[in-house]
Amino acid sequence: MDVINSTKKISTKNLTIIALLVAFFILLIILEQVIAPTDRMNMLLVSLRQGSIFALLAVSMNLLNGFTGLFSLGHAGFMLIGATTYALFSIPLAQRTDVFLWFSDSYLIRTSFPEVLGNAIGGPGMIMGMLIAITLAGLITAVFAFLVGLPVLRMRSDYLAIATLGFAEIIRALIMWQGLGTLTNAGNPLRNFTRHVDLNITIGGQTFGLITFTLALLSAICIFVIILIVSSSYGRAFKAIREDDIAAEAMGINLFKHKQLSFCISSFFVGIGGALLAIFMGTVAPIQFRAAMTYEFLLIVVLGGIGSVSGSVIGAMLFVFASMWWLRGLDSGAFLGLERITIGGFNIGERVFVSGFRLVVFSVIIMCVVLFFRRGLLGDKELPYYVKKLKDTIVTRITRKEKAGVSDG
Amino acid sequence: MSAYDVFQLFFPYILSGISIGGQYALIAIGYSMVYSILRLINFAHGDVFMVGGLFMVFAAASFPLWVAIPVVIVLVVLLGFLIERVAYKPLRTAPRMSVMISAIGVSYLLQNLALYFTGGLNRMYPAIPWISDTISIFGVTTRRVTVITPFLVVALVFILVWLINNTKIGIAMRAAAKDFDTSQLMGIKINSVISTTFIIGSFLAAIGSILFFTSFPGVFPAAGAMPGLKAFVAAVFGGIGSIPGAVIGGLLIGVFETLIRGGDIILGPAGLGILSGSMDIAAFSDAFTFVLLVVILVFRPSGLFGEKPTDKV
Repeated sequence: MDVINSTKKISTKNLTIIALLVAFFILLIILEQVIAPTDRMNMLLVSLRQGSIFALLAVSMNLLNGFTGLFSLGHAGFMLIGATTYALFSIPLAQRTDVFLWFSDSYLIRTSFPEVLGNAIGGPGMIMGMLIAITLAGLITAVFAFLVGLPVLRMRSDYLAIATLGFAEIIRALIMWQGLGTLTNAGNPLRNFTRHVDLNITIGGQTFGLITFTLALLSAICIFVIILIVSSSYGRAFKAIREDDIAAEAMGINLFKHKQLSFCISSFFVGIGGALLAIFMGTVAPIQFRAAMTYEFLLIVVLGGIGSVSGSVIGAMLFVFASMWWLRGLDSGAFLGLERITIGGFNIGERVFVSGFRLVVFSVIIMCVVLFFRRGLLGDKELPYYVKKLKDTIVTRITRKEKAGVSDG
Repeated sequence: MSAYDVFQLFFPYILSGISIGGQYALIAIGYSMVYSILRLINFAHGDVFMVGGLFMVFAAASFPLWVAIPVVIVLVVLLGFLIERVAYKPLRTAPRMSVMISAIGVSYLLQNLALYFTGGLNRMYPAIPWISDTISIFGVTTRRVTVITPFLVVALVFILVWLINNTKIGIAMRAAAKDFDTSQLMGIKINSVISTTFIIGSFLAAIGSILFFTSFPGVFPAAGAMPGLKAFVAAVFGGIGSIPGAVIGGLLIGVFETLIRGGDIILGPAGLGILSGSMDIAAFSDAFTFVLLVVILVFRPSGLFGEKPTDKV
């Protein structure tokens, strides 16, 4: 009886979550049709796009750093592999001479999946081609992660951090090396590949925007898969390694195999995230994928709570919304009316709110979280836990009030 | 090619390599000392070094140089001290990962502050008379700082080793590095030991930044990141906790890095003639450091002169 009851409970809980997600995605589609690109509210869509990609990247870092306890700092390098792979397999052939300007016609990869399939079947083919290129980006990143993992995963915690950071730099140097230029374009930006703007559907002269929807859906699917992995027996093994690797080994968990597995799975999704980021940005310039980028994602994960998937999603959304939208005024001389304050000829709007202040404020917030709220926003719990807790406190309060009312009467 | 030609070919690279290596060594000592006591990779150390450069840019604009240099050194030492007090001390009992995250947070904050105050522009480092003068040595034109650096580094290291071996605070440092908890039980004031470590590390980083940026085009917010990481690799290579090890690690990394940076010229037609065209070997001058790191961690995790770490269950 109990068993049946509990499964029923879980399914209703899951149903609520599914219903909320469906509603969210329908809202996304509607929003995208309503908001014109020139509208000020378009910032909302742009932030949602970037936010969902950042969410995926943060969650996949959390899988490694939070759930398995492997403090890896190779994020930027693996993102670069993913972004480069996607770009290389989706630049239309006609554009390649232009992109590989310094290597005339000697470029090695001569296949563009979106183009080939798009020509064969039309619109859906192009989307299929993009998906193939994105998946390939994930797979190739995972292969590199496997190779990197062989030496690195045997190291102790902080050496692992510095070695993965080093490998990210090695990867960047390899991709920027002239010797591989015919393959990777040697540090010159890759551009003109199939992008989200190609995702709009035109029916009878009417264009329907599906950019935000598609990016958010892809990220959501990947994050869902990560949640499944985390709650599977593998996920429990990962957590056991995090808590105490010696005890985990004693319980029969093959340490190296599981660490390698976690590393590859995480990197697979980092590769996909890199590909999506390439789609979002439109150019892949290897010089941008520096250690500072890794730090940014690490701080997002810390902000959301190490070991919480929903925390990482919220952290990423907050980071993107704050830096793209809410705190933008801090950089451009206007924030909450504070810019009008002038102290002794020292106008805050002109002197303090100049380019770069936003990042300073953000890093101070981050430092406060690191020092005083070490658990981050959600700690290592998930969002439904807090919803339930909130509901419980409300329920107990109401019943207490009712009781009080009864005793009064 | 005669022996003299070979010397002429290699000498400029080795000279500037030793100089850069000496500057790495000064930063590496700070990493090594902090790591040996706190088991913390102080990611902010490289940025403290960069901030030292920026302080100099601003100080030299308002003071004469003989005031500016001491002021900068004092400010950098103060910064290192404050970082430890504000960002690391509250986390003394926290898991090691939290402290490392805090260090990364401080690094992020310092870089963003630098970005804000410089406007992201490359700031010209002031020319310091005498040490930035151009001189000629064995037919190679260079700045005087290149020649001075190795001697200064050796002198500083001798003083430091003497301090650590003979003074009370030095003995306390060694005890804390050996066993953090026991040393506390023995009545060592651990907080003042750690503060002293950060003060010494920041002092050396300040000296290093003056030497480094004098022969560098300018200071920009990310200028400290790469030298910082390389210095840490130098510390690991030499063996964490060993000061002579950090110096030798720094020198080796500096020399190899400059040799690789000039690899195309050395191996090319104008040099040894092994390569006919350009191979763009210079692209790996930064990556080489990390290859070295991975090799040393796989084959000799305790570094050249380090003590074998004991894993406690």
